[in-house]
Amino acid sequence: MDAVVIDSLEPLVDELRSRGYAVVGPVVRERVIRFEEIASADRLARGWTDVQEPGRYRLAEGAGEMVFSFAASPDSAKSYTQPPRQTLFRMRGEQIEEAEEDAPRVALLGVRACDLAAIAVQDRVFLGGRHPDPAYLRRRRALLLVAVNCAVPGGTCFCVSMHTGPRATTGFDLALTELAAPHRFVVETGSERGEQIVAALPRRPASAEDLAASAEVSRDAAEHMGRHVETEGIQERLSAHDSPRWTQVGARCLTCTNCTMVCPTCFCTTVEDATSFTDGTAERIERWDSCFTLDFSEVNGTPVRGSNAGRYRQWLTHKFSTWIDQFGMSGCVGCGRCITWCPVGIDVTEELANLP
Amino acid sequence: MVDRAPRLAVWKFASCDGCQLTFLDCEDELLSVAARVEIAYFLEASSAPGPGPYDLSLVEGSITTPEDLERIRHVRRVSKRLVTIGACATAGGIQALRDFADVKEFAAVVYARPDYIATLDRSTPVAAHVPVDFELRGCPPDRHQLLEVISAFLAGRRPVVPAHSVCVECKARGNACVMVAHGTPCLGPVTQAGCGALCPTFNRGCYGCFGPMESPNHASLNHWMRGLGMSTPELVRIYRTYHATTEPFRRAAEEAQESGEEE
Amino acid sequence: MIGGPHPMTPALYRVRSRRPDRVDTVTLTLEPLRGECPPFHPGQFTMLYAPGVGEIAVSISGRARSGGYTQTIRAVGAVSAALCGKRPGDVVGVRGPYGQGWGLRAAAGLDVVVAAGGLGLAPLRPLVRALLGDRCGRISVIVGSRAPDLLLYPGDLARWTRQGADVRVIVDHPDHAWRGPVGLVTRLIDRIVFEPRRTYAFVCGPEAMMRDTAAELVRRGVAPGRVELSLERNMKCAVARCGHCQFGPLFVCEDGPVLRYDRVAPMLAVPEL
Ligand code: SF4
Ligand code: SF4
Ligand code: SF4
Ligand code: SF4
Repeated sequence: MDAVVIDSLEPLVDELRSRGYAVVGPVVRERVIRFEEIASADRLARGWTDVQEPGRYRLAEGAGEMVFSFAASPDSAKSYTQPPRQTLFRMRGEQIEEAEEDAPRVALLGVRACDLAAIAVQDRVFLGGRHPDPAYLRRRRALLLVAVNCAVPGGTCFCVSMHTGPRATTGFDLALTELAAPHRFVVETGSERGEQIVAALPRRPASAEDLAASAEVSRDAAEHMGRHVETEGIQERLSAHDSPRWTQVGARCLTCTNCTMVCPTCFCTTVEDATSFTDGTAERIERWDSCFTLDFSEVNGTPVRGSNAGRYRQWLTHKFSTWIDQFGMSGCVGCGRCITWCPVGIDVTEELANLP
Repeated sequence: MVDRAPRLAVWKFASCDGCQLTFLDCEDELLSVAARVEIAYFLEASSAPGPGPYDLSLVEGSITTPEDLERIRHVRRVSKRLVTIGACATAGGIQALRDFADVKEFAAVVYARPDYIATLDRSTPVAAHVPVDFELRGCPPDRHQLLEVISAFLAGRRPVVPAHSVCVECKARGNACVMVAHGTPCLGPVTQAGCGALCPTFNRGCYGCFGPMESPNHASLNHWMRGLGMSTPELVRIYRTYHATTEPFRRAAEEAQESGEEE
Repeated sequence: MIGGPHPMTPALYRVRSRRPDRVDTVTLTLEPLRGECPPFHPGQFTMLYAPGVGEIAVSISGRARSGGYTQTIRAVGAVSAALCGKRPGDVVGVRGPYGQGWGLRAAAGLDVVVAAGGLGLAPLRPLVRALLGDRCGRISVIVGSRAPDLLLYPGDLARWTRQGADVRVIVDHPDHAWRGPVGLVTRLIDRIVFEPRRTYAFVCGPEAMMRDTAAELVRRGVAPGRVELSLERNMKCAVARCGHCQFGPLFVCEDGPVLRYDRVAPMLAVPEL
């Protein structure tokens, strides 16, 4: 289907809701752009923007009528594809039962090109290996992705370096480009589901000017990346296991796990066991974990990676190097979340640049 | 598995009643296992010292008097497993603030006959006197963690009480970091999880009630929090509330003081 | 097509028999409640689940006559202690078998050195049985044990000797009755006969023991690509999704646990990898 133009998001939100999707989009909550369920397009963070730098995030006014004039939110699709905590199964006596938790239909409105790339990375991890995860597949299928092409990259963004953005080219059901004067959205479709939805909206065909303006948004965004990573030779540089840089960054790192938790591709988990007081039912729960905890690498009571430096090295090396060996793609999509949300502002791009 | 119902005892030493309240708060769940557990309370030092033996003893409060010392040794003798609950029992608690003042002077002001006050010079954690099987932190401890400790004990499992930072729970809960988003100082990165990131969820910084996490890097955090505008006295104070004498926090406060003096 | 059970859901097995091996070690024979035990390759492991307590990786040390797995567990933590405490009739969860086993075929026609330290003999046991079953070259089995009474599978060791293997045991802490050699397993390399340039070695034990043994064999001329080790790392899933067992680019659960020394030697030299 050719690209179309819509003037308002209201019919889109209504259409998605009428098809049974919970629409989750960017809103302002506690001075941060967060993704939460909305009942109407009115709730969206219209007029707001953000200022992001290492360890610092501030909401700012001044985007006029624009709805998507900000960069990555601390929230990503990961909470939907891989919830922080899931029951795996319950066992009682000689009966075992999988939890088969619901996979509610969710339309994510406003995910970015880097987020789509991150979902592709997670698909590879959870579906592309020898032991695909049927629960992940259920959640994934229930997810409808309405992407937005970034217009205003954040101070910590570097999708251009990682070849994942700023324009959404694949992996979406719909992709919007927001244009000003007059305020409108160019809509591209990426799936049959997406086409059916567009067919139900008030729309007009996109003109040559609309398409040119849409392309210009992405061209301009690409020129305003807050950060840059040299990916050429990155695996060789990350093989410098004994560089003194690791000790230096280890002295700053809090081993708090924030970077891995906000990262849209970090998939690590641990398992917890529980037993019910009343009937003794045993339960196993899988929850997010991080290579920054000591338990993560513990063998016979001793962690393999006991030092901060060792743990930081695992994170950076996995994201940018060994991930490529394991999955044939980089583990980093350049969203900048780990830089902004590190409580002491440790910047992966700076650490990479400082390696020999 | 034991055939008779496991016997559980709750012992109180120097503390407020917070931990005990947490325990009473759990009674609903515990009553549902009344058939599986027999519970005995020893909430007053004067009450008859349960002769035991007990399968699990939960000990609340810190050791501050010579009588306490005698009593805790008794508890250890009659208990198969001994679990301390709360900041007082595991770290000395707020009473440990007395370690930073002269106890006698303190007593002279507060009591009419200070010579009657037999007090150990320090308020000390239980583990300083007898071997402890597990220490449950928090001031007060988290209800779910307390239930988990009892439930794990009954199942023969290591309790799920991770030693990592509060940030892990904060993120799992879906909070945006208050330090990054609002510039609010937060001890979450150096504090052990367990509370479910209660304070950050309500837009406040973590106060550190669960004590130091497994590998706290207070030097780096202090440096950053100074950048957010925290003064030396504020830094010292924030580490000296609940876990003043727990090693990494004690050092954190001291270093904050020293680096403050250098400035 | 993706369907079927979740990769983290175990199948239920019943403990058929339980044999205490040493003070802290027992061997369980496990049979599925429903269906057959899937085939395994020597060196592979399963994830054993003690209901309500937890799950750990345990290597498969053999197949019982009844068809079930025999698995040897040492009580070092809550989960292993719970598994060691299981009695015939009890039910446990089993996932697997998982991982890459020993390169049996690569050893064809060569002298074979099997080196075990402590519980490391468990995953080597089915290997030695297979080797003795279908070949006639020289087989040397060298075993290090902390103390004589901690020696695993003494019956098997005697049988392997009868079947023609050169089996030697060394202990760290001898008791008064011990007449054999004392020290580390590397010392036994001197006493066995093998032609280094046509030798294949299988090594399993504590990491330091494996490193030293492999280095010693290589020093004597065994090709690093002909030495295999079985690594131990923290494992929560065994299906390359929890991330815990990463060792550089490897997932020890899927790429290992058995790995070739030429591949891992440079990585073993990096602290905290
Ligand atoms: S490593 Fe950082 S920049 Fe890269 S995807 Fe993860 S959070 Fe985003
Ligand atoms: S960086 Fe750490 S938490 Fe993230 S995927 Fe890699 S090992 Fe897991
Ligand atoms: S790099 Fe930053 S966010 Fe990540 S663990 Fe270290 S201090 Fe925390
Ligand atoms: S608010 Fe505090 S606990 Fe939460 S992530 Fe930030 S520093 Fe950690």
